[in-house]
Amino acid sequence: MTSVDSGTRPSPVTASGRTADRPLRRELGVANAFSHTFLLLWAAMTVLPLIWMVVSSLKTNGEILADPWALPEALRLDNWTRAWTKAHIGRYFVNSAVVVAGSLTLTMLFGATAAYVFARYEFRFRQVVYYLFVGGMMFPVFLALVPLFFVVRNAGLFGTWTGLILVYSAYSLPFTVFFLTAFFRTLPTSVAEAAMIDGCGHFRLFFRVMLPMARPGLISVGIFNFLSHWNQFLLPQVLMQGDESKWVLAQGLNALAVNQGYAGDYAQLFAGLTIATLPVLVVYVTFQRQIQAGLTAGQLK
Amino acid sequence: MRQGRLPLIISFLLPPLVLYGVFVLSPYLQAFQISTTDWLGYSAQADPVGLANFRTLLHDGYVWNALQNNAILLAVVPVLTIALGLFFATMLAMGGRKGRAGVHGVRGTAVYRLVYFFPQVLSVVIIALLWKELYNPRSGLLNGALGALGLPTPAWLGDPRFAFWCVLAVMVWSNVGFYVVLFGAAMQAIPRDIYEAVLLDGASRTVMLRKITIPLLWDTVQVAWIYLAIAALDGFILVQLMTNGGPNFSSDVIGNRMYDTAFGSETKFGYASAIGVVMFFLTLSVAVLALRAARRDRIEYS
Repeated sequence: MTSVDSGTRPSPVTASGRTADRPLRRELGVANAFSHTFLLLWAAMTVLPLIWMVVSSLKTNGEILADPWALPEALRLDNWTRAWTKAHIGRYFVNSAVVVAGSLTLTMLFGATAAYVFARYEFRFRQVVYYLFVGGMMFPVFLALVPLFFVVRNAGLFGTWTGLILVYSAYSLPFTVFFLTAFFRTLPTSVAEAAMIDGCGHFRLFFRVMLPMARPGLISVGIFNFLSHWNQFLLPQVLMQGDESKWVLAQGLNALAVNQGYAGDYAQLFAGLTIATLPVLVVYVTFQRQIQAGLTAGQLK
Repeated sequence: MRQGRLPLIISFLLPPLVLYGVFVLSPYLQAFQISTTDWLGYSAQADPVGLANFRTLLHDGYVWNALQNNAILLAVVPVLTIALGLFFATMLAMGGRKGRAGVHGVRGTAVYRLVYFFPQVLSVVIIALLWKELYNPRSGLLNGALGALGLPTPAWLGDPRFAFWCVLAVMVWSNVGFYVVLFGAAMQAIPRDIYEAVLLDGASRTVMLRKITIPLLWDTVQVAWIYLAIAALDGFILVQLMTNGGPNFSSDVIGNRMYDTAFGSETKFGYASAIGVVMFFLTLSVAVLALRAARRDRIEYS
């Protein structure tokens, strides 16, 4: 944020400053080479597994077993079609998209409305209700797992997308409300007051004035929630057993891995993993700035 | 303008509260109650047994074994991740040659930040399955390299001596990039003139890092510590998908123990809930301890 231009400043100690310059330069040169080596090393460690995954998805099983480092003789795109159709990765992909679309919409709507009330309205027991709500962030999901299974089953939602959508949203609400309450509090009250004087009602004020003003916060927490819903594994594993046609992507990939253990179809597993990874990476690279800001803002608040 | 105030509060607050109450709050409360029963499964009845489950837990070697692994994760993962994160973030922020004040980033900072963050956007399931293949003794990337260099090629996840550490390494691998970006953002918020002033006073880089950067980043490090500590108490998905706690329980963690107890071959819901209650108090106390230990005065730049 600081835009200090060191060049325009008068140097306070000219004489000693010049002599001190030389060792500093050398020190910087060494540090530079040193830092580049380590930075490159870690970059390689991050990228290599992913490249290996993509390359292996284009090899035959024989090639994968013969030499994990070798490049494919020919590009075996049939691995991809096999994973997409026979292992149903395509279907699971669509299922995940449907579930996440529903859960994200619900989370954002409920999160924004609840946070707005906590941030802008005074009422009795507000603090108590707020902390009860936000306290959910601290609990490990594990503790709730067994009873949750029965709550969902008794509600007739076991093995349904509706069940998953409701549960995803419920568990995302504490953080979403926490984050958005802080955000709504930072918005200036003058705009709201002006709108009220002009005769704007409470509901219209929220949807027409406050919600658009809160857009940066909504985007941050939306990205955060999208990734956590998309990558969810534990909840579907417990609440979506049985009917394979309704599985989400994480379950499908796990099934692929289990199947690989029996059938030894490595290429299909790598193809499935690649299909699941590439869209996420493409979206990430395109919206890198927003995604990094969104995810880190969640922790800095 | 009090008109329409109450309808808004009710219609905005009630649906989220109901959802939260039904699917989050009530299961948590029920879990405490179930943990004091001997409930064995889907239809069998549950009798209250008081604290018997917790007494059994005290003498359950498998639980202690899993807890011990979690303790190691708790001791190693946050330290290693934060150290690496700070190291790379520092390198990115001030390793550069440009600028005599030495506070400009290295070339390609943007690319490094982009790449380091990759694991953060991948699902843990993908990370677990990919690394499981990487460690594969026959067809894995790791043994492919070791074999080519003429080095021994262990079974990694199949070897009780290594399995746990292999999982731990993946945990660190998948987290470092996020903290590089987090610490990087926090470093950029430190006013540049502070560095320039210190450099003029003749401070070396290490002194600068120790006396300026890290103290000013302390708030962020503290947050990182809490998140990583909570993550270290979990580790369930990585363990379940990579080793399922094996071989011979060498890489077991408490989350896996609980999942297995509840949804494994036998459905000991009462006992599993007792493990869950223990996890709850562990997580809570770790978070509180981390907050206490790291508490310092907040520094605000004017």
